[in-house]
Amino acid sequence: MMRTILRGVAAGALVALGLWTAPARAQDAPVPPQQVWSFDGPFGTFDMAAAQRGFQVYSQVCANCHSMDQLHYRDLSGIGLSAAQIKAIAAAVQVPVGVDDQGAPKLGPGTPASMFRAPFATVDAARNALGAAPPDLSVIVNAREYHANYIYGILTGFRDPPPGFKLQPGLYYNEYFPGHQIHMPQPLHGNDVTYADGTPARLGQEAHDVVTFLTWAANPEMVERKQIGVRVVLFLALMGGLTYAVKRRLWANVDH
Amino acid sequence: MAGLNKSSFTNPVVNWIDTRLPVFTMMQKEYGKFPTPKNFNYMWNFGALAMINLLIMIITGIFLAMNYQPNTQLAFNSVQHIMRDVNYGWLIRYVHQNGASMFFIVTYIHIFRGMYYGSYKAPRELLWMIGVVILLLMMATAFMGYVLPWGQMSYWGATVITNLFSAFPVVGQPIVTWLWGGFAVADPTLNRFFSLHYLLPFVLLGVVFLHVAALHVVGSNNPLGIDVKTPQDTVPFHPYYTVKDSVGICVFLLVFALLVFFMPNLLGDPNNFIPANPLQTPPDIVPEWYFLPFYAILRSVPNKLGGVCMMFGSILVLFVLPWLDTSPVRSARFRPVFRVLIWVWVASVIGLGMVGAHPPTGIWVVLGRVCTIYYFFHFLVLLPILGKMERTLPLPESISRPVISGNSGGGGGLPSGAAARPMEKA
Repeated sequence: MMRTILRGVAAGALVALGLWTAPARAQDAPVPPQQVWSFDGPFGTFDMAAAQRGFQVYSQVCANCHSMDQLHYRDLSGIGLSAAQIKAIAAAVQVPVGVDDQGAPKLGPGTPASMFRAPFATVDAARNALGAAPPDLSVIVNAREYHANYIYGILTGFRDPPPGFKLQPGLYYNEYFPGHQIHMPQPLHGNDVTYADGTPARLGQEAHDVVTFLTWAANPEMVERKQIGVRVVLFLALMGGLTYAVKRRLWANVDH
Repeated sequence: MAGLNKSSFTNPVVNWIDTRLPVFTMMQKEYGKFPTPKNFNYMWNFGALAMINLLIMIITGIFLAMNYQPNTQLAFNSVQHIMRDVNYGWLIRYVHQNGASMFFIVTYIHIFRGMYYGSYKAPRELLWMIGVVILLLMMATAFMGYVLPWGQMSYWGATVITNLFSAFPVVGQPIVTWLWGGFAVADPTLNRFFSLHYLLPFVLLGVVFLHVAALHVVGSNNPLGIDVKTPQDTVPFHPYYTVKDSVGICVFLLVFALLVFFMPNLLGDPNNFIPANPLQTPPDIVPEWYFLPFYAILRSVPNKLGGVCMMFGSILVLFVLPWLDTSPVRSARFRPVFRVLIWVWVASVIGLGMVGAHPPTGIWVVLGRVCTIYYFFHFLVLLPILGKMERTLPLPESISRPVISGNSGGGGGLPSGAAARPMEKA
């Protein structure tokens, strides 16, 4: 009896959660195909080499328009860069460093504690320059349905519009963008960067690398989280089993 | 010395305190010896689980508040700061965020258990009504908490829900302005929501105390829904139910941990990772999953004021449930028709939840209306009539004798429960 109820409740809850959280798909964009990611699954980690290459793609291509306001250069230790490398990367960019003695904003070389340099001073400045404000990329992977697969889909989804599709001037056709008309011109074409480790910079490779970097940027705690999680779950399973055994023994002499 | 408590504790320090303030005697009485029906199933774990969950929320919430900025310019970034720069901030925040979902899962099951086994019936009506107050407080707290990260769904959810009050004629718009502290959802709104979100859980704790106090006056219901008749029907709360609750707590924490550590954003909306932007409405404004059934009721009524009244009514109807259900039999086990209908009602609630997650077009509109009507039909029509018409099954003589006398040849016949023997412990 109780088992039936519990099973019913569990099944109901699963169905409900599944259907409730099923995304109500906006417009007619297809579901981006599932890619293979190093960070998939309960034991997945970040492919550090890919994340570092992705940072290179971000710095040399994306960062011309997109900010990453939540990140500091010091955070890059999370993708395996050394303190010296981080120092050099930060020192190579000019970031706001307070005001000069006339009260005017001043630029100076960055330090590991500096925030990532933003390409535009404000959102409005970006909109004026580009026609639309490019979204901040700090948590973009979490901020879109289908997450990493969606960003990969966008980066590799630029096509010629199908015959009959009315594309507004200044917009571009993208397979996976809701409504298919995106302000961003195709950012990656392949060979946009030269990888230091000699990896051929095909379009798919670049997109894969930069999405790995962006997924790390949005979830820098992920690896530690999963590692702690495995231990917590194992402990609770053990503790639960032990407690259940104690309970069984205690209740053995109760006629119920 | 009439006022002094005669303490039975032998430890001199405990005895000294207990003589002057009998907290130890009280704990011993209410959580040690407290006679509890011995036939609980695991559905009776969920009250304790909700209590644990509330404490987890309060503790994590206090630490979050130390690093959070209730300012529209800073709120979103301060949450990211917690996630990135505060030591184990991501853990505290993900526990708090998923704790809200766990709290509703646990509480909804707790409420369902009360409905299935008729726990709201005399003499537990007030206990039940206090529980409905707890549910309302929980909902208000959860709603305001969801606004604090100041993402797109935070902002637009706050706008839509507070705007509901504008449906009331004459007083509506002034109420909305008063709630906002201005003419739009802005800094004053965020500030007061933060203040109230910190306050209400402690109010909640107080009401939970009343809920437990009322429970300890009338005693627990049980799966048979019959009253405790003899001491053989009960076992002391400790160790029997402290251990059984501990099993439940382990399973609860296990599910909780799976969410927090492996899919912390499963139940969240990606739009809330976009900072609030009053100039850009998201394609679909949807509340958190635990509000979806009520949101569906709201949208199923073609009239705004009607929708608001029905939505609030769907909770308020629970207050009078003890009087709507006219059946003298508590447990669904002995109510063959009710036992089916309660699941139909559950299906209608799940249906409403699905409707709430989808834009109100096509089939979802029809399904939403059917489910809404059935939700109220169950309470307002079926339950009052059913109590008079239903042919209930014969009730057992007592908890210790679940088999009706006449075929007591089997097991379970003799009241040989452990309570009849001296306890090894406790």
